Amino acid sequence: MRLREMCGIALAIVLCACGSGAQAQSPYGIGRPATPAEIAGWNIDIGRDGSNLPKGRGSVSRGREVFAEQCASCHGEKGEGGLGDRLAGGQGTIGAAKPIRTVGSYWPYAPTLFDYIRRAMPQNAPQSLSDEDVYAVSAYVLNLNGLVGADATLDAKSLAAVKMPNRDRFVGDARPDVKK
Amino acid sequence: MSSPIDVDDKSAPTTRRRFLKGGTAVASGALLGAGAAAGAETNNLPPGIPEWMKAPGEPTGGQLYGAPSPFEEGVVKNISKTLKQYISASSRTPLQELDGIITPNGLFYERHHGGVPTIDPAQHRLMLHGLVERPLIFTIDDLRRFPSESRIHFLECSGNPGYTKPYGKTASDLVGLVSCAEWTGVSLKLVLQEAGLKPEAKWVVAEGADAAALTRSIPIEKCLEDAMLVYSQNGERLRPQQGYPLRLFLPGFEGNMSVKWLRRLHVTAEPVYSREETSKYTDLLPDGTAREFSFYMEAKSIITRPSGGQRLSAPGFHEVTGIAWSGHGKIARVEVSVDDGRNWQDARLQEPVLTRALTRFRLPWQWDGKPAVIQSRAIDETGYVQPTLAELLAVRGENYFYHNNAIWPWRIAADGEVTNALA
Repeated sequence: MRLREMCGIALAIVLCACGSGAQAQSPYGIGRPATPAEIAGWNIDIGRDGSNLPKGRGSVSRGREVFAEQCASCHGEKGEGGLGDRLAGGQGTIGAAKPIRTVGSYWPYAPTLFDYIRRAMPQNAPQSLSDEDVYAVSAYVLNLNGLVGADATLDAKSLAAVKMPNRDRFVGDARPDVKK
Repeated sequence: MSSPIDVDDKSAPTTRRRFLKGGTAVASGALLGAGAAAGAETNNLPPGIPEWMKAPGEPTGGQLYGAPSPFEEGVVKNISKTLKQYISASSRTPLQELDGIITPNGLFYERHHGGVPTIDPAQHRLMLHGLVERPLIFTIDDLRRFPSESRIHFLECSGNPGYTKPYGKTASDLVGLVSCAEWTGVSLKLVLQEAGLKPEAKWVVAEGADAAALTRSIPIEKCLEDAMLVYSQNGERLRPQQGYPLRLFLPGFEGNMSVKWLRRLHVTAEPVYSREETSKYTDLLPDGTAREFSFYMEAKSIITRPSGGQRLSAPGFHEVTGIAWSGHGKIARVEVSVDDGRNWQDARLQEPVLTRALTRFRLPWQWDGKPAVIQSRAIDETGYVQPTLAELLAVRGENYFYHNNAIWPWRIAADGEVTNALA
């Protein structure tokens, strides 16, 4: 590195330190920079608006095949539940005495389905499905709940556009709710 | 070859049978007066000379990592034998068998969502990225270089217990998803400052390196208040079941948010609305709305002795003791009633009384041998009073599922048997 560059970097560090206080420099100098490629490999968070959904697309019909192979043994052929959670039905029961919580009846955001299936399912081999198959299984589960048609194919944009029936039924924490 | 489940008791090693016989007092939960029976056949009691004084004991160093006395082999975590699966499940601390406020590491409650991973610390990394000036990657050794701190706090599962019958028989069955330990690590605030928070940073999404890649969103205020990145528990490195080699710890918040096997912190402007914070860990009200981001565990207490499954040997003096805790700070008072809630008196609190930690309480009691109902209620430093189950149900209904912090009374029968008074 040439002297002029080094002087420039030194000056920049001094200016940063003066300009925005303690946060401009690492106080302890511990850790190393995370590269964009490393972050892209690990950041599998999908926002409720579909942000960070990957490229690709998957159809309900492909999802039916993947579901039968990978999911049905725990969740049932039609998502009726078993070892794993029930995934379908229950719409209209959430305020009833015996609510049935499923993806269709309770989950507020469709992109969360992609996020969760990709990171945690199938339980015996998480993060093993391709992004296309995660889209496909998401589409099939939404189809089981009557939220997309049998001929639907979902991608980042169309998955984020699915309006979940229970979306507006979540409220803040009002505790303490028992007052003496 | 016989089925491994179909174990013939006679095939057990002699020593194990002997210990099991000797340990019956613990296993059956009998409270008092068991010692005399155990020694009746031998000459170990006065005026005899106990057999363990007549020969040298086990050599020093026979156990390089110690274990409890074989006579305590009944003091173990409590897990249902009838769960549908054991990958996403929980095991409970045997609260009624423990003294003081610190839970031994081997008896700390567990709640896993994708099993317990075996992680090589040399290959584990914590990534810190998102709305920060400098995205960073830390090794475990890196994190141990930061200034460290140790604090004693409880950890409690949000569903401890549910609101519907059948209610548990023992203190462990009911509220055994709470434990307390001394946690050592680095303040999360220091680590976030190392990366430099951008002004729009409002949440931190924490992710575990387990097969669930469990994800929860934490408000930045909590991250900068008292959150820790923990690598040790009660002086030793975290056990695998508690997140080895690194976990998040959020004092007073529901347990699942203290993400174990922590591998990533994603600083964001809004929550990620993960499956765990939308479809799970939300509190369903009778009108069909559900509370989300309900983080705090409210004040709670339980009498652990005498408690369900135990038996008072005789009328006369008995100490009533238990634990109290609050996610909102210190326990200010614990009141105990020994007359089915008609009169309440202050229990004595054992020092230290620490913020967001278990607090041990005690009350001397003369049992007159008549049926009685005993119970405790905690009041924390905010003035909040632990409610009854009926009061909670009236507001929340039966489908709320999480955050049940009800008073739990025990019924004592004339023969001394202690049972759940609400069951």
